[in-house]
Amino acid sequence: MDDSRRIVITGIGLTAPNGNSLAEFRNALLEKKSGIKHHEIRYMGKQAAGMCDFDESKYHSKKLRRRGTRAGSISIYCANEAIRDAGLDWESVDKKMVGVFLGITEHGNVETEEEIYQMHQNNLDWKLWSPHHNPRTVSNNAAGEVTVNLGITGPHYTLGSACAGGNVGIIQGVQQLLLGEVDMALTGGISESAQTFGIFAAFAAQGALAHHEDATQASRPMDKNRNGIVISEGGAIYVLERLSDAKKRNAKIYAEIAGYAINSDASDYVNPNSERQVECMHKAIKRAGITPRDIDIVNMHATGTGAGDISESRAVRDAFVTSDRTYVNFSKGHIGHCMGAAGALELAGNIPSLVDGVVHPGMNVTELDPDCVIPNLVTESGVKLPRVEYILNNSFGMLGINSAVIVKRYL
Amino acid sequence: MTASEVRQVVIDIIADIAPDEDVTVIEDSKSLREQLDLDSMDFLDIVMELRKRHKVEVPQEDYPKLATLESCVSYLSPKMA
Repeated sequence: MDDSRRIVITGIGLTAPNGNSLAEFRNALLEKKSGIKHHEIRYMGKQAAGMCDFDESKYHSKKLRRRGTRAGSISIYCANEAIRDAGLDWESVDKKMVGVFLGITEHGNVETEEEIYQMHQNNLDWKLWSPHHNPRTVSNNAAGEVTVNLGITGPHYTLGSACAGGNVGIIQGVQQLLLGEVDMALTGGISESAQTFGIFAAFAAQGALAHHEDATQASRPMDKNRNGIVISEGGAIYVLERLSDAKKRNAKIYAEIAGYAINSDASDYVNPNSERQVECMHKAIKRAGITPRDIDIVNMHATGTGAGDISESRAVRDAFVTSDRTYVNFSKGHIGHCMGAAGALELAGNIPSLVDGVVHPGMNVTELDPDCVIPNLVTESGVKLPRVEYILNNSFGMLGINSAVIVKRYL
Repeated sequence: MTASEVRQVVIDIIADIAPDEDVTVIEDSKSLREQLDLDSMDFLDIVMELRKRHKVEVPQEDYPKLATLESCVSYLSPKMA
């Protein structure tokens, strides 16, 4: 294929509850280091959650941080880290040909909840409603803050896609590059959702909020005794370029985006649909021009809910029934569910496998749910493979949005 | 509240709104905007914080009276007496 039609990853910036760089995050995944702690959540008290501890003022003035949002702050950190990682001479980059496309679960809940709380604390004085509320809550906020911070004048927007956001952001970046709309895409997913009590209360109301006296064991996808989701924040932003451009500047290349797919269940507001999940994975595999046997690692979405893990386990078994060489892992036992960031973060955590050949383990499976048995599921410790060529990353969300991204080793 | 206390109230608010600025070097008679990186949105925040913290209402037509630290103290002292 023409190098101008091949899209590659040349930079990665991230923050996760257990690491603020790809190296830290990868080590934490391999060493089963949890990023989950008990945090005080408004009205609800202590809840297991994954919060990030990156330096908010590393690339951002304190004043603009105060004016903006946590989502913007996470995005600015990740975008700057990605650019630095990509080895770009940022001054010489044509900013009008850079696009920012970020997947999000939702946006505005944190800010709106805070305004209502402040108003409630002040005798319902509506004149205390912040003049910053609108720029904080517009849906493009996170991507827009990145453009202001970095002087990017190309297109920016977010992609509202529930917990498939991280993958959907990457896919949008690929498509914009292929369309020739941009020469470089800063893309991925972010989430600030853990800063609002509403998401905790809503999952509790659904009977799907994880709890455990030891917070580090609260997130236990695939385990028989799992009891729900641990809500986390985070972000992962990639620098994507056409291979022809990356070669021209002799860039470090992490991987090529080989395939991708998005589809819809069209069946339920919250319950997953394994048939559609299989279709999504197969569509991505077909786009990559390969077969299921070519996939070395599948990173599951695996959130830790009863129905979700069983549905996806069935889907992965069915999708890879013809392959006995595909290994399967998941990342939310370590970091909880980073919502709109999950897909992009979890893909990033697996990308080093293309070089070191190690499949990182899942975490907190002490008794595998019999309904979640999958051949070659990695839960104890990392598995070293002779060579990793392809990784498929699943990310699914409410209202039945499914996404899969396949990355390929580039050497 | 004494004039000195009112002055400190304004400085505390500015310190929160513009945390990158050194508020210890503000000259009382000089325009705040000339000395600090403050824009119109920051002044809206100052008005908001005065209302929230001290129940002081500053109508829009009086915003120019917040131009300097000195004028802030003159304008706010009767309201915060």
